[in-house]
Amino acid sequence: MEPRPRSFYVLSAFFGLFVLFLYGPTITIGILSFQGPSGGLTFPMRGVSLHWFADLFQEQAVGDIWGAFRRSFALGLIVMVTTVVISVMAGLAFRKRFAGSGVLFYLAIASLVIPSILISLGVGLIFSQLGLKIHWATSGLGSQLTWTLPFGLLIMFAVFNRFDKSYEEAARDQGATAWQTIRYVVLPIIAPSLLGVALFGFTLSYDEFARTLLTAGSYNTLPLEIFGMTTNVTTPVIYALGTLTTLFSFAIIGSFIATVLIIQRRRARLGSDAGKGV
Amino acid sequence: MTETLTDRAISGAPGDVAAARPARRGAGIGANVGGWLQAAPLTLVLLAFLVAPIAMIVTVSFWRATEFSIIPAFSFENYEFLFGSDVTYRVFFATFKYASITWAVTLAIGFTVAYFLAFHIRSQTMQIALFLLCTIPFWTSNIIRMISWIPFLGRNGIANQTLIDWGVIDQPLEWLLYSDFAVILAFVHLYTLFMVVPVFNTMMRIDKSLLEAARDNGASGLQTLVHVILPLTKPGIMIGTIFVVTLVMGDFITVRFMSGSQKANVGRLISNDIGLLQYPSAAATAVVLLCTVLIVIGILLRFVNIRKEL
Repeated sequence: MEPRPRSFYVLSAFFGLFVLFLYGPTITIGILSFQGPSGGLTFPMRGVSLHWFADLFQEQAVGDIWGAFRRSFALGLIVMVTTVVISVMAGLAFRKRFAGSGVLFYLAIASLVIPSILISLGVGLIFSQLGLKIHWATSGLGSQLTWTLPFGLLIMFAVFNRFDKSYEEAARDQGATAWQTIRYVVLPIIAPSLLGVALFGFTLSYDEFARTLLTAGSYNTLPLEIFGMTTNVTTPVIYALGTLTTLFSFAIIGSFIATVLIIQRRRARLGSDAGKGV
Repeated sequence: MTETLTDRAISGAPGDVAAARPARRGAGIGANVGGWLQAAPLTLVLLAFLVAPIAMIVTVSFWRATEFSIIPAFSFENYEFLFGSDVTYRVFFATFKYASITWAVTLAIGFTVAYFLAFHIRSQTMQIALFLLCTIPFWTSNIIRMISWIPFLGRNGIANQTLIDWGVIDQPLEWLLYSDFAVILAFVHLYTLFMVVPVFNTMMRIDKSLLEAARDNGASGLQTLVHVILPLTKPGIMIGTIFVVTLVMGDFITVRFMSGSQKANVGRLISNDIGLLQYPSAAATAVVLLCTVLIVIGILLRFVNIRKEL
């Protein structure tokens, strides 16, 4: 291997600083959430305690955050499943270049770049004018899908652009029906990418704020609840909540990544040796 | 796994080959219907929660409002009021200011980080690991990430304490938190990933032999960067730009939180009107914002074909 140029070390340092910039603040509130009972929102630490984490379990200190967490979790799962199913179907559809596919594609892009507050406002207005009750599982769900579906669709585009069509042709030549080809050939091959779509679906929903703001109804999701806290809570309890929900996100991300790694390893172990001249 | 499934697919479908033929014929009515059916759920969601809401906003922007309710009408008074007010122009200017500064900073950081990952990291495993390290924060809460700047930037925060300890300043700096500086810092913190990912993606597809060719012909590292890598990375930069610019232009929460409600952009103008239940006025502002964003994207899209770049 040739020696590293000097620019490598400069860029490494830059990259290190960037990662510090990304994670530093999160780590700081992680530390500060262990503030002593008399400690404030900034350093110095006045002792170390679990006081603020304990506060999270007292309703008078923080309101209904556990209810909000349950709602966010449930909504995240619903959005995740819906996003995966709809994205895969749409991804398959776009391979056929059906009439109107161009318009639909640009609609999906528009959905991604439209300012979130417009979705929030528009959906809220429609529901109120139609006399429907806004609720996180109806208007909230729909609004969040306008954010997660374009991501799912873009991932599916990336997946199918790299998809080797000869697998499908082989399946068809062996007499598989269209559904069998999808079920037993296409889906298993793209499974790891579907996990990626699922990860986007869940986490983007779980953290979604702007599109849910006017569409969640009287029961808040967790981000809305946290935002409400920023205006009236001035103790490190908000850091404790931030630390917990960030750890929760990390756990979700970690389990998705681990699953993908396991699938890949299984494939490497059990995969076919066809075409390798064995 | 794949093997057994393939086996099952084969043994499970001994039917005649001809049965599978029609599906293969590509275009035509059959493919259209199949495509439409598969695209139907996406279409329905987008119609109900994207097209209809925008239509509703456009409609309501012509309505009138009293203190208590909104009244269907066809009047331009919301727009007249909007365009007749200095505040509108100042706020739109502020929005463009946030967008352009954030864009410049995220591009500089994003390009450098992507360049490092794509061309200086040699092992693919390491590349993926570091790339994930950069993208993980994207999947965590933006609100928490904003809150986490308080202990850094506050009056008695880490930044001020450190600067005082070093003797750089005597008084805590007041402009660190609740200022334009804080707003842009938070934007950069939240949205640089949207620049890193597409730029990295296009860089990874640059044929390495082009770089060798440049070097063999005597180009310096900088010349290769400027004349080979930069032009080939343009599509990624454009996609990142679209993300960053639209996210910043549509934002209202970062500006509100990081400026301590002292600064305004268009999004805040809308959300304030919503808070006051002035929906027609909010809708009119939203329509103007939407048109502005679409014009900006329209200009940017002239430089890139998104579908080809995925």
